[in-house]
Amino acid sequence: MGGMSAGGSSLSFASVSMVFPDGTEAVKDVSLELAAHDFITIVGPSGCGKSTLLRLAAGLLLPTTGAVSVADDNIGCVFQDSTLMPWRTVERNVGLLNELERLPTDECRRRIEEAIALVNLNGFENHLPRQLSGGMRMRVSLARALTTYPRLFLFDEPFGALDEISRNRLNDELLRLFKETRFSALFITHSVTEAVYLSNRVVVMGARPGQIVGEVNIPFDYPRSPSLRFSPEFGQLSAEVAELLSDET
Amino acid sequence: MSSKSSPEWSKRLLAVVTGEKFIRLLAISLVFAAFVGLWYLVSYVIIEEQRRFIMPPLHSVINEAFVDGGARSDLINGLLITTRVALTGLAIAVFLGGLFAVLMSQARWMEWSFYPYAVLIQTLPILALVPLIGFWFGFNFQSRVIVCVMISLFPIITNTLFGLKSADRGLHDVLTLRRASRWQRFAKLQLPSAAPSIFVGLRISAGLSVIGAIVGDFFFRQGKPGLGILLDSYRATLQSELLFGAVIMSSALGLTVFLIFGWLSNLVIGSWHESASSDS
Repeated sequence: MGGMSAGGSSLSFASVSMVFPDGTEAVKDVSLELAAHDFITIVGPSGCGKSTLLRLAAGLLLPTTGAVSVADDNIGCVFQDSTLMPWRTVERNVGLLNELERLPTDECRRRIEEAIALVNLNGFENHLPRQLSGGMRMRVSLARALTTYPRLFLFDEPFGALDEISRNRLNDELLRLFKETRFSALFITHSVTEAVYLSNRVVVMGARPGQIVGEVNIPFDYPRSPSLRFSPEFGQLSAEVAELLSDET
Repeated sequence: MSSKSSPEWSKRLLAVVTGEKFIRLLAISLVFAAFVGLWYLVSYVIIEEQRRFIMPPLHSVINEAFVDGGARSDLINGLLITTRVALTGLAIAVFLGGLFAVLMSQARWMEWSFYPYAVLIQTLPILALVPLIGFWFGFNFQSRVIVCVMISLFPIITNTLFGLKSADRGLHDVLTLRRASRWQRFAKLQLPSAAPSIFVGLRISAGLSVIGAIVGDFFFRQGKPGLGILLDSYRATLQSELLFGAVIMSSALGLTVFLIFGWLSNLVIGSWHESASSDS
């Protein structure tokens, strides 16, 4: 992947295709530009190559053809699973990435405290992951990613396993963070509501092979309030996204 | 708390009696009592008096093996010698096995080159090798330790290797994304992830090291008498009470190392890993 310049955009896919060694065509001819401060969500049926797209963006996979470029190598990743170390307490999990960079101890401390405060986990610093709920584990994962001050965030269905109440709450917190820290984000989900609520652009993918089948612009300003979900405009946009999805199945 | 006078103590008693610890203790004790009962049944009822030496009653085993001074000091010396061999062998096996497992986890060609031989050591009939080891290294401490290492090495290698390789894929990705060094990946992810299975290997090998120490001793028949030589000579002289005493000592030693490693495992990984807290 390397740190090539991407001409103003923080992430760009240029005609990216990905064929796995077993012949599976996971992603076909995807082109996508993510400008600074963009929040793009990708929705699609399961098995449509959304996660592959994200792994390509992260540099964990190299495309078969086409090019993926990022403006800055400092990428924050939050996966489906919270990927915490079960033997580490919350604060030591949050501090992991800074440890890898060998930051001075007091700088680590400061960033850990800051990140834990940002995700509202004060008071849980010394808990082990197994003592936390799924939603709280996701917050720890988010806090860990925040400690490197990434300009670009990649989310792979981070709240997919949570109940709707926790998911909505985390959506609001994520938007608050988005407002406060101004990163750009590529967020993968299979929930239409979540996609419309979070992003300024929803990209719809179709399956086998994974390709972009449509896009819906979401014109609402940030910050957004939870009641937005019940507005007629929101319903209208959700219907458009759902329409694009149903053409695919 | 209820302040009514009478049932306070009986409530407490009930709480103790229905508590899990008590029930577990009761279960173990009942099986033990049944076992001792069966033993006496065999000694006194099933076999006739002239042949009682093949299954002497428990109290005469205890009397002759552990109360009588001469036999007791033989057995305790034997136990010390065997313990020394077992612990030395286990320490060497842990070092060698750990080292090879780490090397194999870091380079696939190391695994391809060495793992088959680790399996081979496991499948070798050690008993057949015991005389050879005696010819090569003599019949003393050193050879006993070698037998012990050969018997207890394999579980350390496989369990450590398995543990190092089974670290969470997602966490591997997290480290890859942040360009963690090989050493960071090992120290921060692979080694802690492997801890539970390393302890499984340790427990198995600890038991095997005791067996190895006794087997080596038993077949060398020379040098300072450990439990193995004692077992063999009590067998030859039909001192069955002492034979039983030596067997009890051997299994007590095996049980002790097993429990020590169970306790250690609980101490190290008990807070975050389920396997550690549930048993032992």
